[in-house]
Amino acid sequence: MPATTAAEETQTGWLVLLCLAAWAVPGAGHLWLGRRSKGLIFLIALPLMFAIGLALHGRLFPFDLSEWLVCLAAVADVGIGLPYFIAKALGYGSGDVRAVTYEYGNAFLIVAGLLNLLVVIDAYDVALGRK
Amino acid sequence: MQSHILLLTLFAFFVSLVFAVIAKDDWHEQLRFGSMMFGGFLLSAVVLGWLMYPFPL
Repeated sequence: MPATTAAEETQTGWLVLLCLAAWAVPGAGHLWLGRRSKGLIFLIALPLMFAIGLALHGRLFPFDLSEWLVCLAAVADVGIGLPYFIAKALGYGSGDVRAVTYEYGNAFLIVAGLLNLLVVIDAYDVALGRK
Repeated sequence: MQSHILLLTLFAFFVSLVFAVIAKDDWHEQLRFGSMMFGGFLLSAVVLGWLMYPFPL
């Protein structure tokens, strides 16, 4: 019994690590699991979508708990993983509400993050053998 | 890059691409599913655009 428990813990730890990697670097989970073509498509498409959102003067929303819609948008933005923190560190994502493309930029940023979260769930399913 | 239709098309392309790759494993099925979704996005945008045309917003 203890051996089984240890194996289950190892499996759980590996799954957590896989999901963290898949979140931090879009497509990393699929690449790790040997699904190279899918991983490469995610690795290129999602950060590119995020970069387009920044180029369109979209805003990386702050975690403002008094404004729950802003907070939800911030959660979606963080969904893209490392690119979010890199953009923040480089000073991108302040947003320009006067720009014509502001709302489009927000849509690209938010949806890129949400799609990456979907990709993480897909990698989790693949790891469990459901797909 | 301020063209509404161009940005809409670009957005539809990326979303369709990711959904197709997640949902299907076979390359041909991905292409078929992605194309259908992409076309659906564009068609619904045009239809909704025309439906909203009479409203003076």
